[in-house]
Amino acid sequence: MTVDSTQIHNIGYRKYDGPRLGRSHARRALYSQSLRGAYGLGRSAKSKVLPMLLFAVMCLPAAIMVAVTVTAGLKTLPVDYTRYAVVMQAVIGLYVASQAPQSVSRDLRFKTVPLYFSRPVERVDYVLAKYAAMASALFLLTAVPLLVLYAGALLAELDFADQTAGFGQGMVSVALLSLLFAGIGLVVSAVTPRRGFGIAAVIAVFTITYGAVSTVQAIAFQQGNTEAVGWIGLFSPITLIDGVQTAFLGATSAYPGGAGPSTAGGAVHLLVVLGLIAGCYALLMRRYRKAGL
Amino acid sequence: MIATESLSKRYPKVTALDRLTMDVGPGVTGLVGSNGAGKSTLIKILLGLAPASEGRAEVLGLDVSTHGGAIRERVGYMPEHDCLPPDVSATEFVVHMARMSGLPPTAARERTADTLRHVGLYEERYRPMGGYSTGMKQRVKLAQALVHDPDLVFLDEPTNGLDPVGRDDMLGLIRRIHADFGISVLVTSHLLGELERTCDHVVVIDGGSLLRSSSTRDFTGATTTLAVEVTDTETHPDGTAALLAALRDRGVTAGSGGVLPGAGHSLLLEEADDETRDLVRDLVVDLGLGLVRMEQGRRHIADVFQADAAGTGQPPHHDPAEPPPAAAAESLRPTAGGGRS
Repeated sequence: MTVDSTQIHNIGYRKYDGPRLGRSHARRALYSQSLRGAYGLGRSAKSKVLPMLLFAVMCLPAAIMVAVTVTAGLKTLPVDYTRYAVVMQAVIGLYVASQAPQSVSRDLRFKTVPLYFSRPVERVDYVLAKYAAMASALFLLTAVPLLVLYAGALLAELDFADQTAGFGQGMVSVALLSLLFAGIGLVVSAVTPRRGFGIAAVIAVFTITYGAVSTVQAIAFQQGNTEAVGWIGLFSPITLIDGVQTAFLGATSAYPGGAGPSTAGGAVHLLVVLGLIAGCYALLMRRYRKAGL
Repeated sequence: MIATESLSKRYPKVTALDRLTMDVGPGVTGLVGSNGAGKSTLIKILLGLAPASEGRAEVLGLDVSTHGGAIRERVGYMPEHDCLPPDVSATEFVVHMARMSGLPPTAARERTADTLRHVGLYEERYRPMGGYSTGMKQRVKLAQALVHDPDLVFLDEPTNGLDPVGRDDMLGLIRRIHADFGISVLVTSHLLGELERTCDHVVVIDGGSLLRSSSTRDFTGATTTLAVEVTDTETHPDGTAALLAALRDRGVTAGSGGVLPGAGHSLLLEEADDETRDLVRDLVVDLGLGLVRMEQGRRHIADVFQADAAGTGQPPHHDPAEPPPAAAAESLRPTAGGGRS
């Protein structure tokens, strides 16, 4: 009998006696998988389109501004570092709406969550990894354009100290914004296992609150009630960030009339932002208490 | 492997487990019970995911209430429900799950390729799982439970939704998990007949408490009954009757095959020994009949439960309107078949 040399031998079952790295490793793996997933990496080609497109749309205006500043020899950048995210808020909102649901509602919808919790991964690991990944993805989205602006400003030989301070303030502002937006986006999308509902709900939360707040602010400003304008800003995510950075990060407010909140009002804004971030985390933890098995 | 001691789980309105005390050793163990008997609750507690209301449980020698994480690192779990995202391939999914068990990236890839091959997924493992058949999905679910090479796996209704061939494949696979892979198995089912062929040990729970726990061998050990089936010939139009008469002449009593379909042509000899077998052989030759089969009768688990339900084994709070063992017995009939000798 001749032996077929192309035959694949079944080598039988092999035991695994290598390292088992446990919870912290699993948490990091889930974080990097979720972060990559937020840009469509490791997913189908189709799911890369939207996040990559939005990323390009975020960076494009920054690149144009840099080009204009360098060629026209302007003395300052056309837009402050802190102002950039406020101007581009629609794009950021769209990004959260498209990526937050895919991050959490897929696991809920296809009931993959019990598989995580039947492993060393605990509820807190899952929530932390997902939250951190979403916030990091948003930070990339909002910080990279600022980096482009900063590089451009140095290239155009604008004042170094001035630009570095502005850039630093911008970074702090978008870090806060990333945490806040990621939290709100994840909480809203974790409510429903349906991705479509999640997307619609996240868009609604961001646009309706902003629309309502800016309308009421405009009315208050018309009636000369500038004090009220600042307090109304507490009720939408982007105006909250605006209030915080106006009070503490040297930004000019996008509120009607440019009248941001006072330092005391700014402190309230900051407290509300931090409270919301903590609240979103607590709500996510609560959400997954019942989701195991 | 698993030990529980008066383990109870009470929800505000129902008692899912009621002072369950049992001991499960290595091997394949079947956990049988009707829907709502407390099987899933038990698995949840054993994984350390739900606290017990009272009593204690140990898995792999670790207390579930304090060492849940360590237990979950060394056990695998295959849920009853669908749990696969349709837009990723089996390979990607199982690799991810291996990493969630704490395996380093390269080890996760190697183990995934190995495990998927062992459960019988080949080229299709690179395709998105949305297009898989139920049988293939069950294999992926099994693979993700085995990928980190656990010491023990919990399989919750692994044969659910499978056709008879798929069911046989899955049962064979479960047998191999212990025989070839050296991994102990706790498999739940509401079908007793399936477990009879797969398990070394069967635990029956009902209404959250233990109904019976013993080895499959005890249940289905070979009996001394000999079943004989012969053909008819020209000289003996009714071969069975001729053989029966001849046996009676030699002082051996035999009954007819009973109520099973096609049993009219077989004889059952109680307490048959080697001498009786030789006698049957000689008589068949003398009469010129054809011997179709001569086999040792085997009992089935369901017979034992039927006897239990009729006799003393019945627990006090057992609901006679819907005895789960009898329900399970229904499923047993088509699979009945003894080893031929």
